[in-house]
Amino acid sequence: MKLTLRIWRQKSRNGKGKFISYPVYNVNPEMSMLECLDVLNESLIERGEEPVAFEHDCREGICGSCGFMINGIPHGPLPATTVCQLTMRHFKDGQELVLEPWRAAAFPSVKDLVVDRRSFDRIIEAGGYISVSTGNAPDGNTILVGKDVADRAMDAAACIGCGACVAACPNASAALFTGAKISHLGILPQGVPEQDRRALNMVAQMNVEPFGSCTNIGECTGACPKEIPLEVISRMNRDYWQASWKQRDELVRTITPMTEWSTGSKLKIDPNATS
Amino acid sequence: MSATAINSQLRAPSFWQSTNGKKVVMAVTGCILLLFVIGHLLGNLLVFAGRARYNAYAAFLHFDDTILWIVRIVLIIAVVLHITATVQLALRNKRARPIGYSRKEAINSSYASRTMYWSGPIVLAFVIFHLLEFTAGYIHPGSQFIRGDVYHNVAAGFSVWWVSAWYIFSLCLLGLHLRHGIWSMFQSVGYNHPRHTPLLKKAALVIAALIVLGYISIPISVLAGFVK
Amino acid sequence: MTLDAKIPSGPIELAWDKARFDMKLVNPANKRKHTILVVGSGLAGASAAASLGELGYNVECFCFQDSPRRAHSIAAQGGINAAKNYQNDGDSIYRLFYDTVKGGDFRAREANVYRLAENSVKIIDQCVAQGVPFAREYGGSLTNRSFGGAQVSRTFYARGQTGQQLLLGAYQALERQVHEGTVTMYPRTEMLDLIVIDGQARGIVTRNLITGELNVHFGDAVILATGGYGNVYYLSTNAKGSNTTAIWRAHKRGALFGNPCFTQIHPTCIPVSGDYQSKLTLMSESLRNDGRIWVPKKKGDKRPPNQIPEEDRDYYLERRYPSFGNLVPRDVASRNAKAVCDEGRGVGETGLGVYLDFSDAIKRLGEHTIRERYGNLFDMYQRITDEDPYKVPMRIYPAIHYTMGGLWVDYYLQTTIPGLFVAGEANFSDHGANRLGASALMQGLSDGYFILPYTVGNYIATNKFPKVDESRGEVREAVGCVQQTIEKLLSIKGKRTVDSFHRELGKIMWDECGMSRTAHGLEKAIGQIRALRDEFWQNVTVPGSGDDLNQSLEKAGRVADFFELGELMCIDALHRNESCGGHFREEYQTPDGEAQRDDEHFSYVAAWGYTGPSSSPSLTREPLDFQYVHPSQRSYK
Repeated sequence: MKLTLRIWRQKSRNGKGKFISYPVYNVNPEMSMLECLDVLNESLIERGEEPVAFEHDCREGICGSCGFMINGIPHGPLPATTVCQLTMRHFKDGQELVLEPWRAAAFPSVKDLVVDRRSFDRIIEAGGYISVSTGNAPDGNTILVGKDVADRAMDAAACIGCGACVAACPNASAALFTGAKISHLGILPQGVPEQDRRALNMVAQMNVEPFGSCTNIGECTGACPKEIPLEVISRMNRDYWQASWKQRDELVRTITPMTEWSTGSKLKIDPNATS
Repeated sequence: MSATAINSQLRAPSFWQSTNGKKVVMAVTGCILLLFVIGHLLGNLLVFAGRARYNAYAAFLHFDDTILWIVRIVLIIAVVLHITATVQLALRNKRARPIGYSRKEAINSSYASRTMYWSGPIVLAFVIFHLLEFTAGYIHPGSQFIRGDVYHNVAAGFSVWWVSAWYIFSLCLLGLHLRHGIWSMFQSVGYNHPRHTPLLKKAALVIAALIVLGYISIPISVLAGFVK
Repeated sequence: MTLDAKIPSGPIELAWDKARFDMKLVNPANKRKHTILVVGSGLAGASAAASLGELGYNVECFCFQDSPRRAHSIAAQGGINAAKNYQNDGDSIYRLFYDTVKGGDFRAREANVYRLAENSVKIIDQCVAQGVPFAREYGGSLTNRSFGGAQVSRTFYARGQTGQQLLLGAYQALERQVHEGTVTMYPRTEMLDLIVIDGQARGIVTRNLITGELNVHFGDAVILATGGYGNVYYLSTNAKGSNTTAIWRAHKRGALFGNPCFTQIHPTCIPVSGDYQSKLTLMSESLRNDGRIWVPKKKGDKRPPNQIPEEDRDYYLERRYPSFGNLVPRDVASRNAKAVCDEGRGVGETGLGVYLDFSDAIKRLGEHTIRERYGNLFDMYQRITDEDPYKVPMRIYPAIHYTMGGLWVDYYLQTTIPGLFVAGEANFSDHGANRLGASALMQGLSDGYFILPYTVGNYIATNKFPKVDESRGEVREAVGCVQQTIEKLLSIKGKRTVDSFHRELGKIMWDECGMSRTAHGLEKAIGQIRALRDEFWQNVTVPGSGDDLNQSLEKAGRVADFFELGELMCIDALHRNESCGGHFREEYQTPDGEAQRDDEHFSYVAAWGYTGPSSSPSLTREPLDFQYVHPSQRSYK
């Protein structure tokens, strides 16, 4: 089959981007969306052009690297599927696909379809963990966790951090991502001692990052390749206001968002001088 | 480079500064306004009980101006907070996506939820008009506003067709607003349950529909001649 | 050169205790004065970085992905073994040790494996405390499932996403240390060379993948936890980014490479569908519990599977291995699938596939039971192939999955370069010639949480670290090398893409150094790889520049290293004149076609040294001494 890929090309974070249309012939319906881009890139390289930069790694739907908009839907039209597992048979011969990067102030552009999602790492860094150093753990079975509780925690823990929730949200809110981690850890008894601190810290960080607000409309959960339920957002809201009410000091601090990549290379080494 | 800039930690946003806090405020104020809308409806349905009962109800509301003003101030604060939070969040949300999508499909959200931003302002405009017409009496097209004779004011006011049409249109938008708002307020304060929330969403639809039907029955009755 | 594995003397049960007691400690106040570089943020890297940060060291951690959470440990499905004996079915540390040594076909170091089994117990405790949502019984206790190569139920799991949940646990512990300020994280940063100064590993050269900047990071110890090199075959179940560059460049700086030819081939993957195929997707081994594997008896039988009558089907595993049937170990199942396909009886459009048929199981147990057991796997299969496995038999084919080989390390996980430690799949240590299912996660976390924090400390406490800076000749030389390689790759401007070379290399490796190997084939492969490598350096084209995000350039550097590694793998496979575990040499098989080990001549670790781009590698042998588990022939008939 033949497809036309209309792809957002942008050289760098501050560069001006634009859409460019590429016809791709000989698309095999068994290909994944990413393999289709591979084929396009091979032909671009052979023509001496720069290939389309896109993020990918495991290509089995779990690492969360890949993701872009296909015709206005994060990860494309198939529910619960990342672009790496989306096969081309779901499209029609001759169709035009518009591929666009996630767009959000909190996900600055890097190049073409690649964006910077370090804001997610910072939200986890602010408190998305149970503070237990190696060696401190009691025997696994001293903490009993009912099957239904463990299952609910697992539902929330399934998040792959791809950013589709932010991309789908009309407000570019990170509520589903943050709520998923707060829920995963808060549902389990191991996470309860730190529950208030975690909610305050993670919500504070989420608010320092330029994400929008949640308006409870549910686009995020519809786009989520792991189908994380909206329930995790309400859990975050509850934990947050309860923790705010109980809070006795103002010790919560957040991390300054950082969009720069350069560490300022100091290396000016002449390779000829050494050989 | 690391996700962290070392040694540059900021003070956390306060409850009101946080988006989550503002949504809690919107939920609480929305709830207050919803209770008012329901109470206001129940009171005004007395118009069907005849002029005397209806005017007596209106007089009862005015039996103590202090209490009336306390209620009014609570409502005004609720409206102001609700709107302030909305406007601030809307501005923030606009900044959160400086470059929009060339194409974007809605996949999961309801029509009502996506239209909150404009159903809200129109309802606000309507409320102002409504207060000027029936509370203050500054605008009262087609007849003379008579302070104290509420029955007359309502019957005369709604007999102007475009007043009724504007009223019905706005009330439908209010219904749309409530259809999302009634269950959304639970989500904002942290209640969501896989079995209860779907029921709550249905209940929100039913409550919103009843409120709309209740309110628009009044101008329709006036236009149809049941209330004169 | 002689290799000293530094195994503590005395009984194996006490070896690790003794080693830990004999180690020197670093004063807590001094720890933060020591910088430790951790390359890789998967299970081994993240757990090591987090644990060392908790101890108070100044840690710098590097990963090429945009976030440490994306490391390929995340894709492990099945579970993690631990000798907890929660099921009261007779498990013990000794039994896990025994199973692992035997499963590895007697090519692993006993003391390491025993320590691994000991640590397995603590890993589960640590992960539970971190909030890993392991599967539970209704009463709240941890539950287990069985896995290949063991007769006890000792595998802990979190649905089909055990690797993801364990990695997120380690990642969160790592992020906690980032917040504490003990760990600095460098995402999108690739290590391109090791800096060895006065015989000690003292730093790395990195490239910032967004800006192209080259940087030097100094430390008192360097830990490589960069995973396996299965992508030398191009098609594998590894992530696209998985590469050998960090360990290969360390190898070129003097670290020996242990058993490079030991690779594991997983029998149940979704077959290749066309030339564009970029990777292979694994289907859990557990499917073989209920599925029956068959191919048509006749060559080239193109009838749809449902129209092939029972008498025309060959259930070859059940026929050849009546007692184990479809549940033979991974290496045996894989080899047999290849054999029937080589005979021309393979199924599917490419002829490289065999049927895994659930119709008998569905008849016997009902579709509902099968759906409960394998529903999510069936869904994934259907999503990828568009075939309904409840109605049509699945098609499966073996694929490269794991590499048991890696940099040679001693008992302390230190390579032959002092101060260079290697953890997880990147080292050669614990699995011998074949890894048992659910053991990879165990090894990564054991190395990171419970071994390196001690052994790195011991190294720091017992060595002196003179101040080093960029003016040292070694640093300038290393950076110069990296710069030259990048400039060279960008300047060739030939006709072929990096991927086309990589695909061709992968095909050579798969054909000659894959599931079964011959001396003739390996010799041929070595020649082909050399020729292809020469062509690569003449004719590759890498568009773009070196000073921004350039994914072609990243790939080119990695493929260049795969050429050299692939050649070494063939050399190692050629020298090992025996069949063991995943290494099957056709010349060395029993009369009925099974792998034949040669313990007399090959009971050793082959540790290869780098001697230059065009000279043969040097071989050093570490003899293996089996005092507890005595080598025996495996039989599954």
